[in-house]
Amino acid sequence: MRDDDPNLKVSEDKPESSRVSRRDFLKISGISVAVPLVAGPQTVLAAGEEVPVHGPGKVPMEFTINGKSYKANLEPRVTLLDALRDEFELTGAKRVCDRAECGACTVLMENKPVYACSVLAIEAQRKPITTVEALMQNGKLHPVQQAFVDSDASQCGFCTPGFVVACKAFLDKHPQPSPEDVRRGLSGNLCRCGTYHGIQQVIAQMAQKGA
Amino acid sequence: MPDYAWPDAEHRTLIGKRITRVDSPAKVSGQAKYTYDVHRPGMLYGKVLRCPYPHAKVVSVDTSAAEKMPGVKAVHIVQGPGANIHWAGDDIVAVAAVDERAAEDAIGAIKVTYQQLPYLVSDAEPPQGAAQEQGPLSMDDIDDMLDNQVPSQQMVNQIQQYGITAKPTEDILKMLKSDGATDAVLDAIRAATLHPGAGTQTKSNYQKAAAQTLGDPDKGFAEAEVVSEGVYGIPVITHCCLESHGSISEWTDEDHLFTHISTQNVSGIPGQMAEPLKIPATNIHVHQDHIGGGFGSKFSPDRWGIYTAEISKKADGKPVRVMLERDAELKVAGARPSAYARVKVGAKKDGTIVAWQSESWGTGGPGGGGMPPIPYVFTIPNQRKQHTAIRNNIGPARAWRAPNHPQAAVLTMCALDDLAAKLNMDPVEFFGKNLDITKPRQDIYREELAIASDLMGWKQKWHPRGQNESGGTVRGVGVSFHTWGGRGHSSDCDLTIHPDGSVDLKMGSQDLGTGTRTCILMVAADTLGIPMEAIQLQIGDTNYPRSGGSGGSTTIGGVSSSTRRGAVDARDALFAKVAPSLNAQPDQLECVNGTVRVKGDSSKSLSWKEACSKLGAMPLTVRGKNPDKDKPPDLTNSGVGGVQMAEVEVDIETGIVKVKKMVAVQDCGLVVNLKTAESQCHGALIMGISYALFEEKVMDQATGRMLNADMQFYRLAGLNDIPELVVHMMTGKGYDERGVIGLGEPPVISPGAAISNAVANAIGVRVSFLPLTPDRVLAALGQKAGA
Repeated sequence: MRDDDPNLKVSEDKPESSRVSRRDFLKISGISVAVPLVAGPQTVLAAGEEVPVHGPGKVPMEFTINGKSYKANLEPRVTLLDALRDEFELTGAKRVCDRAECGACTVLMENKPVYACSVLAIEAQRKPITTVEALMQNGKLHPVQQAFVDSDASQCGFCTPGFVVACKAFLDKHPQPSPEDVRRGLSGNLCRCGTYHGIQQVIAQMAQKGA
Repeated sequence: MPDYAWPDAEHRTLIGKRITRVDSPAKVSGQAKYTYDVHRPGMLYGKVLRCPYPHAKVVSVDTSAAEKMPGVKAVHIVQGPGANIHWAGDDIVAVAAVDERAAEDAIGAIKVTYQQLPYLVSDAEPPQGAAQEQGPLSMDDIDDMLDNQVPSQQMVNQIQQYGITAKPTEDILKMLKSDGATDAVLDAIRAATLHPGAGTQTKSNYQKAAAQTLGDPDKGFAEAEVVSEGVYGIPVITHCCLESHGSISEWTDEDHLFTHISTQNVSGIPGQMAEPLKIPATNIHVHQDHIGGGFGSKFSPDRWGIYTAEISKKADGKPVRVMLERDAELKVAGARPSAYARVKVGAKKDGTIVAWQSESWGTGGPGGGGMPPIPYVFTIPNQRKQHTAIRNNIGPARAWRAPNHPQAAVLTMCALDDLAAKLNMDPVEFFGKNLDITKPRQDIYREELAIASDLMGWKQKWHPRGQNESGGTVRGVGVSFHTWGGRGHSSDCDLTIHPDGSVDLKMGSQDLGTGTRTCILMVAADTLGIPMEAIQLQIGDTNYPRSGGSGGSTTIGGVSSSTRRGAVDARDALFAKVAPSLNAQPDQLECVNGTVRVKGDSSKSLSWKEACSKLGAMPLTVRGKNPDKDKPPDLTNSGVGGVQMAEVEVDIETGIVKVKKMVAVQDCGLVVNLKTAESQCHGALIMGISYALFEEKVMDQATGRMLNADMQFYRLAGLNDIPELVVHMMTGKGYDERGVIGLGEPPVISPGAAISNAVANAIGVRVSFLPLTPDRVLAALGQKAGA
């Protein structure tokens, strides 16, 4: 902490909030500050305004995943994927490339598909998250999942949960997709065993049902 | 003697049908647990410091700061001062900490100094005269080979061929074993010829690996009326398993290890971990439910599997997880060797191939590598060939589906396709004419070639090269042939029928996503006449009877045979107990549709449950085995053919190749499950499109590191790259009675060659090397225009 900077002083008594807006983030990243290794509430005065600062130690976070509330103390650098897998043992989303290239970690955030490896957990708070685990209802597979089973669209199965979530989100948005829509809309998920033939059949089968 | 033979088509209720994969619901719902998903109580997270240099000696390692960092529970030097490092990314220090962040921070605090050494990461054509004869091997050479993960069989071949410089003591042999030498390697060393005079010469990067002659090549070329010459090649690619390599190990007491590991070889892991960890193999418990891809790269516990166990011990036996990061997975966890060749091939005017000559080279990393089986499929009567292995610092090679065959297919089928073009012959006619030198499978190839031609519409689509160049895009078609062995690996299973009618089957095998679980259940259920759901199958654990590693397309042969023998014996033992209640002899009984009944008399029948109640209090357990000479016949077989065709469209402005259609016609004896067999072929075609168009492990000559160790620049085919795929499995008479043969390797062999040939047909000129990237296509077009 540079205590010779008059614009920068830590206020220790602010209530905890782990919401960092983009504007706040820009302000923080514009100043030079070394935050001590303690968890808990802090704000810094930057550009004449008080901005909450989180971490680098663990901070309490709260999530809504598959309709349930989850709490954990996590460092702000923890990704949503690692929080899901290592903290909450929701291991359906897989860690493969860990940098938004393969789609194996696809989950829904506010109903939109995202790469969970590239969303910080801290940013996913208060946004409803849906993982592959929630698609099955009362022991019954979701129609997209059933279509994956029928079309033999998984082999080793490691890309499958991500693909299932991506397909569901895609079909929700495009109930009657053209082959071109499918190519573009599902090109963000990669498979190594080569199950794309089955996945094409899944989409064809679902589109027919939607008709 | 009970009849173990496969039932004929009329008596099969499940075998040969299209059956939905039993583990699909678990996979599509995210419930299937992979090694990476295992979360043990108190689990620590491991991270690894890797060497940034392709060839170096470790000078010093300072872990003092890392050891004091918060959350760090153990620090383990994997390769300390003095160690020679042969590729960038090799493991130096491992850290276990309470979470990944703490482990990562600790890695950043470790200081290592290296002495950098000269390196080679190129696999370009060796300079003239550079190749050296391999001399006798010293124990240091053999230890280096172990360090470099040279496959056991390759080591045995070299030891047998070149001999050794000094007789090793039993202590040295023991040390080699703890470094990973297999018993076959140790036996080869014990039996090797001794050349005590031969000192260790300075090793060249280029080693003469093979020189063979067949027939009279000079006479052959003299008789040839048309000769075609060209250069062809296929680069190093990676396995890129989506679930990276790794394990979670914990010590349940001082000398008992429990490990979850991502492996193709559940039963084979303890034997490979015992020596390095200095505990008996019986004290090592291995478990795996599902594996996220292996493709030939996951047979061993690997250096990281050993140190994961070691670091767990340092951390008071707590579970430690080390799964490779994606970049490490691509850099160090295995690669397919490259192969290139200058090929000259000659034929008579009528198309009869008479002579072959090749100078080939390639690299499998520090271990070099052998010559692919060229000329492939077609045994050309007169041959001269020599191969140079390049030993370099790109990282170790591993078996990649059908080791050496995709390379052989590219080198051979592309050279022969160019010869057909020079003869102005349609390749289907040209290859068809030469099928008599594909013995013993010429009839199968002939049948498959005709079916493939029909399914592709070859006659309508084929045109002579270069007669298709109007407009911006051009189309072409290509064909390739392949072969593979198969047979069944050794496999044991225990099948138990309980007095309440429930049935379980235990086997230490694994399902790589090929449908192994489903096929085991189909065979057992078909034999016992009960539904698949009535049988509880447990695999993936060393507490179950051992079953072989899943490699070389041997799994389905092994597991289906042991299951069949076990199920037949269990059924017959049940018949013996039930017969008195039905007033019949045991051999008059059959089990069909959930009943046990007298053949031809449905009035004398018991439900399965009633029948099983005759067992008394104790369940009935039998052991099924493969192979089992006492229980003939052999239920598996070896040797398949296979023909594939590709149709491509090439944009001659941009050089972009799109595959439009692929056809695979494949035999594999008796198909157990038609649905998963077809999926296996679809998947192989897609993997083939991927390596034909996109995949290459690109090495940076300036730093010796892999440039594209991520999934953006190590490109896999996506949904957008997938054309119309047509798969035709050869079944029925002539195929079913051969027995069960594996399918993991054969269909992935031909796509590279078929697609390259289709591109040559489209653009009128050969693109020498895979992958067929736009720059290479444009360069080939430019050369043609300039010629």
